[in-house]
Amino acid sequence: MTMNLFSDLSWLCRAPANFSARCRALSDSPTALGTELQALASFALNENQLNYLAKTITSARKLHADLKPLFPFRLGVLGNSTVDFIVPSIVGTAARYGIALECIKADYDQVMQEALSAESVINSAKPDAVLVAIDYRALPLRCKLGSADDAENTVRQTLGYIETVRAGLKANSKAICILQTIAPPPERLFGSLDRVLPGTLRNIIDRVNLGLGEKIFGTGDILLDVAGLAETVGLAEWHSPTEWNLAKLPFSNRYLPLYADHVVRVLSALRGKSRRVLVLDLDNTVWGGVIGDDGIEGIQCAQGDAVGEAHLSVQRFALELRARGIVLAVSSKNNDEVARSPFRHHPEMLLKEQHIAVFQANWNDKATNIRAIAQELSLGVDSMVFLDDNPVERNLVRQLLPEVAVPELPSDPALYARTLAAAGYFESVAFSDEDVKRARYYQDNARRVGLQKEAGDVDAYLASLQMEITFQPFDETGRARITQLINKSNQFNLTTKRYTEAEVASAEQDPNCFTLQIRLSDTLGDNGMISVIICRQPIASEWEVDTWLMSCRVLGRRVEQMVLREIVEHAQRRGIKKLIGFYCPTDRNKLVEEHYSKLGFSEIKREADGTTIWEFDVNTANIQAAAMVVRSIGFKLESRAQNA
Amino acid sequence: MEILEIYPKLTTIFHDVFSDDSIVLRPDLSAKDVDDWDSLTHIRLILTVERVFDVKFSASDIGKLKNVAELADLIRLKTN
Repeated sequence: MTMNLFSDLSWLCRAPANFSARCRALSDSPTALGTELQALASFALNENQLNYLAKTITSARKLHADLKPLFPFRLGVLGNSTVDFIVPSIVGTAARYGIALECIKADYDQVMQEALSAESVINSAKPDAVLVAIDYRALPLRCKLGSADDAENTVRQTLGYIETVRAGLKANSKAICILQTIAPPPERLFGSLDRVLPGTLRNIIDRVNLGLGEKIFGTGDILLDVAGLAETVGLAEWHSPTEWNLAKLPFSNRYLPLYADHVVRVLSALRGKSRRVLVLDLDNTVWGGVIGDDGIEGIQCAQGDAVGEAHLSVQRFALELRARGIVLAVSSKNNDEVARSPFRHHPEMLLKEQHIAVFQANWNDKATNIRAIAQELSLGVDSMVFLDDNPVERNLVRQLLPEVAVPELPSDPALYARTLAAAGYFESVAFSDEDVKRARYYQDNARRVGLQKEAGDVDAYLASLQMEITFQPFDETGRARITQLINKSNQFNLTTKRYTEAEVASAEQDPNCFTLQIRLSDTLGDNGMISVIICRQPIASEWEVDTWLMSCRVLGRRVEQMVLREIVEHAQRRGIKKLIGFYCPTDRNKLVEEHYSKLGFSEIKREADGTTIWEFDVNTANIQAAAMVVRSIGFKLESRAQNA
Repeated sequence: MEILEIYPKLTTIFHDVFSDDSIVLRPDLSAKDVDDWDSLTHIRLILTVERVFDVKFSASDIGKLKNVAELADLIRLKTN
């Protein structure tokens, strides 16, 4: 079944299989209750799971358990349809936003009585805010068709009714009112004429919604745009006649998690908890392709190309967010100079360096960089959103900095901007001049801040990926991909030697060549072939590493040291004593300047052109194994005697 | 779908809807046997069954249900 962007809250991670077990465990051990509640709520939960969480929260509150760091909020819920399902969904969802929500629910269909009586359930509870969930079916919206006066009158009366409710709640409880726009039903009377003919339901509801907005805007009360939400998912999906008849459910229960998320976004915004910074990955997020490998001509961010336009839409949305006061930052695994080049020189880039407050392009892990960005901006990491196409980077940041919002992204970059928007991280209840100035206040000079110490236990995260690395000699199956990698890898490429497919094929048979094609898979999927090695044997006891390249996608995963272990193992079996490595500098491969030194090679020579030559003693090698399963397949069993 | 396939899926649904993994599904199990099985939770149960089995019930289908056996039978009819 394909995921629905909205109803399945597709920007959140799927709930784990042991969700119920973790919920149950909560009631037994009340330590760090608030934190674990928020962690569980951060998944895309269905109605039953939200209900389970709400039960746990409610019973914890009864026992006066400590729910910190969740902060308390009291919400009155008032409606003229069945709100019994809405309440637990909102309570469960609130934990996602760091709120320990207490809901006070009025009896069914008591909207006016509750609002006007000072002693009513809602008013006497003195809530922080009241959600007024009015359904069109309970309003007197029918009137004479075609009569402008009658329609005008009906609209005025309806707005008057809602205004009386609002005034009553204000006077009696001082609470902030959250009023909803009305989702019109999909059934038409005439057809398209409904929109314009005075007196049709569509015509009246449109005007009531407009009028509601005008009355509330700027008053400090809030308009929750339920009509907009219903239109987004489709009115025919939103309204379920069966569910209304069955239990007076104002909309299909399927959308409860989505509705609840929208309600809580507003509560969170009221408490000033909206996110303020968008941290962007670059390669395959802001543009298509990898700048370090594909170069400025090779990356895709141009009009007229579907992939380019998809990435431009991310840039455009980022700029729109910036115009409303969201600060933009960059976190990219790249050389600083290389990463900045499209911003400076690509004619179709919409984002420019001056739009970026902090620009972190380095080879450190992204959690560390995001924390550095937060410190530089003097903002909490809980105000950051991190957009990255790479699931490994996303999960690393989630694990090491759970406060950062990290949306899951669909595979099609055309949907990145929509998914980011749908997640509602930047929900606000007001817009002021301050907001506009904020982005400027952070002096958008694309500052670069120094590296910080690691944000957390990266090794533990890597272990959790359950990586499996597979080593094979070159073969016919891998030939095309090997050739492709040899000819396109620029950054993690020690010698940048290019070979044709025929040359690669001949290396397969060459007894003086030792070759490796390396694949990596992990819990998040198969990365495919990610590294290629060619060693040549100029004299009996030595291997020269002719080619060592790797995809930058798997940087920071300890793949290099595992590759060296594998090379050494085969070298020992063949009686090789020494490995000779070369680093030939290009304008792209500064990343691997220290590659051999990091692996324990010693420098033996430095050429005039900057090439460095390194050696490694195979027999005294002691390379630590990283946490991954190793599979070596397709190697002939060599004996020492044969080649020594 | 056959009754034997329906029961395990239905058991998971009951566990989720009632937040109680100890519920054991028997054909004669009915609302009076389970805490919290009130009219509202019944709606939630039915809507979850609709979603998981990808079926739609009418109000008259739902009104007639007396126990788990009848619910399972209704699912069998709707899925075949």
